[in-house]
Amino acid sequence: MKDELTLTILGGMDKDGVPEPVNSLEICKGEIIGIVGPTGSGKSTLIDDIEQLAQGDTPTGRTLLINGNRPDALIRVDPRRKLVAQLSQKMHFLADMTVSDFLHMHTRSRGKGPELVNKVIELANTLTGEPISADHYLTVLSGGQSRSLMTADIAVISDSPVVLIDEIENAGIKKQEALQLLAGEGKIVVVVTHDPVLALMASRRIVIRNGGMVDIITTSIGEQDVCGRITEVDNWLMSLRETIRRGEVVEGLS
Amino acid sequence: MKLVVVAGTPGSGKTSVLLHTIKALMKAGKRPAVVKVDCLWTDDDQRFSKLDIPVHVGLAKDMCPDHFTIYNTDAMIGWAAEKHADVVLNETAGLCLRCAPYPDECLAVCAIDVTTGPNTPLKVGPLLTTADIVVTTKGDLVSQAEREVFRERVLDVNPDCILVEANGLTGKGSFELAELVAEGPDVNDNMVLRYNPPLAICSLCTGETRVARKYHMGVLRQIDGFMEYKGE
Repeated sequence: MKDELTLTILGGMDKDGVPEPVNSLEICKGEIIGIVGPTGSGKSTLIDDIEQLAQGDTPTGRTLLINGNRPDALIRVDPRRKLVAQLSQKMHFLADMTVSDFLHMHTRSRGKGPELVNKVIELANTLTGEPISADHYLTVLSGGQSRSLMTADIAVISDSPVVLIDEIENAGIKKQEALQLLAGEGKIVVVVTHDPVLALMASRRIVIRNGGMVDIITTSIGEQDVCGRITEVDNWLMSLRETIRRGEVVEGLS
Repeated sequence: MKLVVVAGTPGSGKTSVLLHTIKALMKAGKRPAVVKVDCLWTDDDQRFSKLDIPVHVGLAKDMCPDHFTIYNTDAMIGWAAEKHADVVLNETAGLCLRCAPYPDECLAVCAIDVTTGPNTPLKVGPLLTTADIVVTTKGDLVSQAEREVFRERVLDVNPDCILVEANGLTGKGSFELAELVAEGPDVNDNMVLRYNPPLAICSLCTGETRVARKYHMGVLRQIDGFMEYKGE
């Protein structure tokens, strides 16, 4: 059953109430799809529509189909049956709980066992600088620590076939490693991004303007070539950043 | 006539969620009327009036706001009938965590703000535990994991409730809530409260303002939990 997963977005309205130019889009298992557009154009709104599997009941009027059918109500709300995991732009936790208590509650809400708690923390610590420990309070974690914990939580606990990611490049964590972790194998990944490397890693990208989906661009061979080149530049910048973070000097690097 | 009682702590988003729900009800051909109860002051009636529906404000002033709501329930239903409404939405002041102003034959809705953290559902009491529908608001301000943990805590204290994730800014959840309202029970003349009110009459009820312990009478509870009756 999982083998045939497709997600269909039926278009709704843009911010002026005009039907959006892209009126139907089908995304298949294993595909990474980007969402691009100016800030404030409605990228996060599209992500939210997918997260709640909108049925014409959100302000955009979009409808989401799973394998061509309308999903039943429980799939939309019950975390034990949810098909969609979401990493939002949120950089902080508001819950006044320890990391351990929170993760135990979350495994329970998703119907999983407590053995996953330590796995989440270990994985989170591969993405961030200063390590997170189980007895830390969530509210004292830095933005980067919080985001890496949210990322690891999705990879381990909310292991859903559809993953939505909102601007991971601003998270202060290793973005490509995080993307690989979340994408896993055979998942549908939808990523909102302003980052050229991430946008071109996607096989297609949805262009959003004024709240509506206006175009779908397929990443060409030429663009894939560009992606390879800017990835090298990006990795170089990352290594410089890490060097400076360690308190070393970068003089003499070519 | 259907009665919907909407409770929830101040700032939880009751009014904003209701505004969207009323629009959805009107689209579905319903004729809603709103009674807004508050303690001392409100301007929410102006927000409701823009929807061009019958709106009535009640200020409890010196009376307990939950008691005020309960005492005036008959009057609200009568007023809504006069205005040819078929659903009366009563938005309570919604602040007492001891009581719940829900009669049995109504749709009891509790709005609760997710950003207050997953320990909040344990503190809210009958307002939450005796509700039919729990509307969680401001979920867009936290991560998905935090929303799911919050949901789990709500189900710990009220396992049979229907949970609706709503957003007062975008209107998320309002269609779902409107459907539940339209299917809600009809009122009758013999409604009883779902949850018992507090122990009756203490000296504060009769106007005592002095703090010292010796001035207090009635059924009293000490901080260590010991209860006693002091009086005639």
